[in-house]
This record gives sequence, C-alpha cells and structure tokens, in this order.
Amino acid sequence: MNKFAFVDCKTVDQVLGQLGDGAMVKAGGIDLLDLMKEDIVSPPRLVNIRNVDSLRGITISTDGLHLGPLSTLSEIASHPEIQRSYSALADAAGHAATPQVRNMATLGGNIMQRPRCWYFRSSDFDCKKKGEGSDECHAHNGENQYHAIMNNSSCAMVHPSSTAVPLLGLGAQVELTSKRGKRMVAMSEFYVPPEKSVVNETVVRPGELITSIFVPAPEPGTRSAYQKYGEKESFDWPIADAGIVLVMDGARCRKASVVLGVAAPTPIRSKEAEAVLVGKTIDEGTARAAGKAAMLHATPLSQNGYKTQLFETAIYRTVLLAAGQMQRDQSAVG
Amino acid sequence: MADTPKIEISRRGFLKGAGITAATGVIESANAFARDAKGALHGAQTIGPDAQPIKLHINGHELAVSVEPRYTLAETLRDNLGLTGTKVVCDRGSCSACTVWIDKVPALACMTLAVDAVGREITTIEGLSHGDTMHSVQVAFVKHDAMQCGFCTPGMVMSCAALLERNPNPKLDDVKHAVSGNLCRCGTYPKVFAATLDVAQQRAQASGLVNLDTGTEA
Ligand SMILES: Cc1cc2nc3c(=O)[nH]c(=O)nc-3n(C[C@H](O)[C@H](O)[C@H](O)COP(=O)(O)OP(=O)(O)OC[C@H]3O[C@@H](n4cnc5c(N)ncnc54)[C@H](O)[C@@H]3O)c2cc1C
Repeated sequence: MNKFAFVDCKTVDQVLGQLGDGAMVKAGGIDLLDLMKEDIVSPPRLVNIRNVDSLRGITISTDGLHLGPLSTLSEIASHPEIQRSYSALADAAGHAATPQVRNMATLGGNIMQRPRCWYFRSSDFDCKKKGEGSDECHAHNGENQYHAIMNNSSCAMVHPSSTAVPLLGLGAQVELTSKRGKRMVAMSEFYVPPEKSVVNETVVRPGELITSIFVPAPEPGTRSAYQKYGEKESFDWPIADAGIVLVMDGARCRKASVVLGVAAPTPIRSKEAEAVLVGKTIDEGTARAAGKAAMLHATPLSQNGYKTQLFETAIYRTVLLAAGQMQRDQSAVG
Repeated sequence: MADTPKIEISRRGFLKGAGITAATGVIESANAFARDAKGALHGAQTIGPDAQPIKLHINGHELAVSVEPRYTLAETLRDNLGLTGTKVVCDRGSCSACTVWIDKVPALACMTLAVDAVGREITTIEGLSHGDTMHSVQVAFVKHDAMQCGFCTPGMVMSCAALLERNPNPKLDDVKHAVSGNLCRCGTYPKVFAATLDVAQQRAQASGLVNLDTGTEA
C-alpha cells in the first residue's frame, strides 16, 4: 500500500473541501483497502467519511425509505421495517459477503465498489478498464468462468453489488452532493455500461459524494425478494443473483421488475422477463418462462455458459419466492 | 508494506502491563487526534503520511502507538503492540482470522486502518480472558477439541463469544450464521458449533433457566 494522508471529517462540507487532487473517499474501507493493497489505486489522501454523523441513519416516512450512505449492510438487513416493506433490500444486504464485512461495509460503498474481474484487480495486467492505453480485455480469451454473460463484448467485468439489485428494482434514487449543489440520479441511470465508458462504471463525478439513498414507498400489493447464488455456501461473491419486485392485483401481476446482478457488467433489468410476467397469474409456468426470456440474449464466454442456466433458475425461484409460492432456496448462499 | 512499523511497546512489556504507561507518557502531548472532553473531534483532522502517535483503546487499556495511516489495525496489534493472538491470513477480508470486536461488534482488523480505530473500543482475543482464567468459549473449545491447526481459532472464538453476548440462547443455525465468515481449512466447524451451544446451555443451567432447545437436531 502506498503512503497516504488520512483526513478524518465530521461534516459533509469538510469532506467536499478535501476532495480533489486524487483524494478518495473512505467509508467502510473494505473495497478501497483491497484495491490499495493490490496497488490498483494509490490515492495520496483518504478522506474518512465514517465519522460524518449526518450521513448516518435510516428513516421511514410516508414517501419512502431514506438511507444514509453510511448505513451498514448489517443495519439494513436487521431493520424490521425494511424486512417488512422492502424485503428484497433486506435480503440482499443480509446475504452479501460475511457477518464481519456486513458490520463494516456501508451502502454507499457497496454500490460504489469497483467491479470484479481478476484481470482488472491484478496489477500484473493492463487492460482497457484500467485506462492505461491497453485495448485488451483479457477475460475474452482468458479465464472467464465468473465473468459477464450479457453485454460483454467490450469489457466482461461484473459489478457485484448485491444491494444495487433491489435498489434498481425498487426504483431507488441516489442523492449526489458536490460544492456546486445536489442532484438526484435514478438507480436506472447510476451505472454506466462499458459501451458508454469503459473506465467509469457510475455517473458519480470527481468531487461528488453520495449523501442519501431514497427508495420510494412501495405501491399497495408490492412483493419483493432477492436471492444470491455462489460457489460456496458463505463468504462468497454472487455468480448469479436476482431481485424481483412484483406489484400484484390479487393473483394477477400488474407490474414487474426483474433485475439481474452479475449477468452483465452492471446490474440490469430484463424487459423480456418482465414482459412475460406482466398481466399474468404468477405460477410455476410463468416464473420459468420469465427465467428463459431473461437469458434470450445471453452471449456466454468460453467458460461461463453454466451461468445462463443458473440465472434461469435464480429468476424462476425468486419470482416464486416474491409471490409467496416458494420457500427461500436452501441452495442460495449466505 | 515496505517499512517495518516502529515498535512502541514490547510484547513482554505489554503483557506485564509495564511498558504501557511509559510509552503513553512519551507521546501524550502529541496525540494526533485531539478530542474535547466529550470525545468530539473539531474540524477535519489530518494525520500522516508519516508515522504519528495515536491512542487506541484496547481491552480496557489506552495504548499509545506511533503508526503511518497505511498500517492496518491487525498489523498494529501484532507488530507494534505484541498482541499476536489476532491472526492475519488472507489480509483481504475473506477469511476473518483477524476478527476483533470494534465497539462490541465483530469486525476485520485487516481491513481497518489503525488510525480509523481511534476513539473506538477494541477487544481482541487477549481481552476475552481474565488473567489466566479463560473465557467460557475458550474453555469449551478446548473441551470439544474445536481446533486443529488453531490458526482460525482466535477469530472463531471472537465470533462465537459475540454471538453469545447478543443471543444467550442460540440455535445451531445461529452459530452457523455467526461463523459463516470464519474460514477453517481443517474443517473444525461441527466442534465449534458443539462448543458454542455447550456454553449457552451451561450458562442457562447456571442461571437456573431450563434450556430445552439446544437446536442440535437441525
Ligand atoms: C469476502 C468478501 C465477500 C464479499 N461478497 C459480497 C457480496 O456477496 N455482495 C456484495 O455486494 N459485496 C460483497 N463484498 C464487497 C463488500 O460488500 C464491499 O467491498 C463493501 O460493501 C464496500 O463498502 P465500504 O463501505 O467498505 O466501501 P469503501 O471501501 O469505503 O468504498 C468503496 C468505494 O466507494 C466510494 N465511496 C464510499 N462511500 C461513498 C460515498 N458516500 N460517496 C461517494 N463515494 C463513496 C469509495 O471512494 C470507494 O471508491 C464482499 C467482500 C468480501 C471481502
């Protein structure tokens, strides 16, 4: 790890005043220290936001759920009202990583963590994602068993944020604050796919800080669920995860969000799967058809064709879980 | 990391409780994070990049140590303070061998910067026992032979002891969940579960409660 100065801030203004000149924000530090230990980033200054009280706290009001970006994954997972009304978010936070990581990792840091790709995360490889003049994506012809199976022609990374999956499905918005003011960005606009910019995976600009995450109150009849599949039963990254939000009119599905986590370089909604569900009665047949539809445009690489089957199953079982027709899958990790 | 951290307190000195006051005295006036009477910091405080003195609250003692901001709590505990009970294996947050409690909550010492632990209450495996009297979870680990190579054991004990603090009557699934981040390559998990459930049962019996549900059937 490089030498750096550590600046401990107490207010958002102090934080904003410290950004610039390559300084990086540190929240829980889980992803940032990992990248620094691997020499992927070497900031001269870490701006510690963990002691900024105004970035903490979870409040529920009639309009929805307001989450301070310093809310830890443990706090989100164990919050009774989030478990009740925003179940997919509680599920996702509670099944990410390990108990220790969840106690430290923050929601802001979780959605801002850098993608998983062992070539990107190794200082032994230059690649186009690192923006160092290389035009290569080593995953295309290399070891790619965990890489993206959709939208992967430019860069085959995956973004592993478990919480981003339900946040996208629930229509969340991210508040970004800079010295110039505040702006709200819909979760659907938050991530930038590699075809648009291979280097930046979010719209967050230098000098901007996530100061709040807002999830609108669910419409009556909303049911949601999230399940994550990995190689190991615990302490593992997802290799397929699905977030499902259904708005039910009795047995009929009126609206659906089907979100896939590590299928593409950034979390995506499957319009094809949603079209299968909307207007139908949710049952085994429609749930399976939704899984199949989501994988219609999959373009797996040499070693990750298995993920297509895994996603079909993840979507099918999570649709039924959200609809209350199936128990939580024992083979889903965490 | 390139440089060896500066040793402020020798292991023996620490263990005897001798070196602590001396070392604290030397750098008292230069504490990098000045706090007021209520413990609040004023303004953005910069420390480093060079080594600076900080005070850490560890196992009920205030310990002074001089570190660069890039040193992790795990390195500082082991290399500067001689508290080598905390193990470092993966150094990336994946194995939890370095589990300590930060403000009573299990956390990763390898992914915590020492400077970021200022003002927090750190408990390490050394802080669980009272002198030569082991913590009940440690006793149960010995009784149930819940370790093989022993390298994951301190972290495992910290996770199990924390579980019993917040849930005195855990079921098997609760114990599994509590150690779901602690990697044991020897495969001692069944004995770790048995040891932890045993402590819960003994405590319940000792306090006169009847504990019918040990959860061992699950
Ligand atoms: C073994 C293991 C397994 C894991 N499994 C999973 C998993 O299954 N699912 C999952 O989602 N994650 C998983 N993770 C990743 C982990 O959850 C993330 O590293 C963590 O959530 C990052 O949060 P943090 O607060 O520690 O962020 P930090 O490391 O502090 O920050 C991460 C990034 O976000 C930026 N940032 C942080 N806060 C803000 C803010 N408020 N505004 C702007 N920028 C900000 C930082 O500058 C940095 O670039 C796993 C990690 C480990 C070690």
